[in-house]
Amino acid sequence: MTPAPRRTRLRPTDLLRLGMIGPRTRRMRSALSALGISLGIAAVIAVTGISSSNQAHLLERLDRLGSNLITVAPGNGADQKPAPLPPTAEKMLADIAPVQQVTATGATKAQVYRNDLVPTQQTGSLTVLAARPNLLDVLHATVRSGRWLDTASENLPVTVLGDRAAQRLGVTAPGERVWLGGQWFVVSGILAPNELAPELGTAALVGWPEATAHLGADGTAATVYLRSHPERVPDVQAVAAATANPAGPSTVAVSRPSDLYTARSEAKNALTGLVLALAAVALLVGGVGIANTMVVSVMERRGEIGLRRALGARGGQIAAQFLLEAVLMGLTGGIGGLALGALTVYGYALAQGWPATIPLATTAAAPLVSVLVAAAAGIYPALRAAKASPTDALRSA
Amino acid sequence: MTHHQPKGTTPVLQLTGVTKEYTGSPPLRILHGIDLTVDHGELLAVVGPSGSGKSTLLALLGSLDRPTTGRLCFEGHDLAALTDPQLAALRAHRIGFVFQQFFLLPGLTTVENVATGLLYSGAPATLRRTAAVEALHEVGLGHRLHHHPDQLSGGEMQRVAIARALVGNPALLLADEPTGALDSASGATVVDLLRTLNAKGTTIVVITHDRDLAASFPRRIGIHDGRIDFDERTPHPAGAPR
Repeated sequence: MTPAPRRTRLRPTDLLRLGMIGPRTRRMRSALSALGISLGIAAVIAVTGISSSNQAHLLERLDRLGSNLITVAPGNGADQKPAPLPPTAEKMLADIAPVQQVTATGATKAQVYRNDLVPTQQTGSLTVLAARPNLLDVLHATVRSGRWLDTASENLPVTVLGDRAAQRLGVTAPGERVWLGGQWFVVSGILAPNELAPELGTAALVGWPEATAHLGADGTAATVYLRSHPERVPDVQAVAAATANPAGPSTVAVSRPSDLYTARSEAKNALTGLVLALAAVALLVGGVGIANTMVVSVMERRGEIGLRRALGARGGQIAAQFLLEAVLMGLTGGIGGLALGALTVYGYALAQGWPATIPLATTAAAPLVSVLVAAAAGIYPALRAAKASPTDALRSA
Repeated sequence: MTHHQPKGTTPVLQLTGVTKEYTGSPPLRILHGIDLTVDHGELLAVVGPSGSGKSTLLALLGSLDRPTTGRLCFEGHDLAALTDPQLAALRAHRIGFVFQQFFLLPGLTTVENVATGLLYSGAPATLRRTAAVEALHEVGLGHRLHHHPDQLSGGEMQRVAIARALVGNPALLLADEPTGALDSASGATVVDLLRTLNAKGTTIVVITHDRDLAASFPRRIGIHDGRIDFDERTPHPAGAPR
């Protein structure tokens, strides 16, 4: 008698071809199932990509603005009232060894209005500050239009407005006048927005001598801006308070605007967590879609399952065929979603003028996650296909 | 199973007291004590009305299902001693099936459909393809290699299915109502083909409810209510076994 036949394996290429039968013969249905996964993946890629592109853009800007800027400002005293910096603060801070540049704005008692008819309470939350001539240099700030204060104009009723101040005062171009400290000041320039010193956006800046002479400035600094040696920033931060006000270091507020700026951009990322959760739900729904397609497919293809069993397929080989079919759908969906998401990120970044970046981990994880989701979705239908009795499958088909 | 018998004297199939019951309350007994021997090179018809148990018998003969009691030997192997994967391998290598509904896969060409008959035997793709082309020539469809099933007539589809069953040179070809879905002309072609294949040495068991069709076969086994009703032979001019 002949020996009992040995069990045989399906070759990987044959298995792959088997897995392609479903997607090949039911194109529309498979494509729609894969689309569910695609949308989930595309959402994840788009959200993480846009957020990381935004981050890259912020870091790029921070690099331009310099992360070695330190601000020293009056904090609250023991009585919870602002404690002004001593008049010596500016000079003392300049003497810290790693400090390369110092500049300051000084508080005044004046307010600025559009004209002399505006009631005095309607200050528009604008401040009038005295400015050192090197203020823009140190902050890497620029005027959007007009000119910065020079040695002549800093002694004259001339002001430079922050961008939001100009907007609120209805000033559109240099040369217009504003009502400042009870007299007309000519606007000589308007500042471009600066992320490191947002407080200047709502300020009207006047020359230090003019402020002292006519606007009640007492010569003390409202904010001192320091540029430190880039590698010594923490050292300078540590000693700045005591240097500025040796009598009361705890009443001095020292901060590094780039830290705040980064923190703000990270706070925005809390929102992306929510969007990612939604994307995960989309992926889950995509997985349910694939499971549904596979269950229907297994029911429709009972004849094929019975035939394959008659041709000598083991239950496991039937399961492998259907599982692979689900996985291929997931993989297709994942790659499609990757392409769709990447396109969205590049388009959005291009429109915003950002450098487009997609985190590598996300790019690698996208097809992997979609395959896992699809495999999980395919397990139940595949096992059902494997367990179907061949005689029942052939009879009912 | 322990002694060796020379090939040709071992029957392809040997059933002793085979019964089949389906669980339920009360259990449904479809086959009652079937005794049957099929030798190499036979061409026989199992004939009976629907509900007589002939489809259940075909499933048992093809090792798609196991008897509830009794002994079923295929080429000397007691199927009860084989595991499910071994039964699958047996089907892949030694048994060919032909069904009334053809079961051709719609997305595949004729050649690919026939080559599927060798897929689970572990043969490499090129060999499967060569054998498929050869089998299609053998059933007279050498000119239809790259057609899809929906481009074929019913008779052609059944010939493709027969080629798929043959492609692995099985010891046994089982055909379940092979002409059931065909008009009489196509049916006659298919029966002629089966006869030709048998003349070349293939053992063939055909299940049918059609008494006229059965009458044209050299051996006829009538089945009724799960029991063998008759087992008749027509003396064959070419000298069939026994």
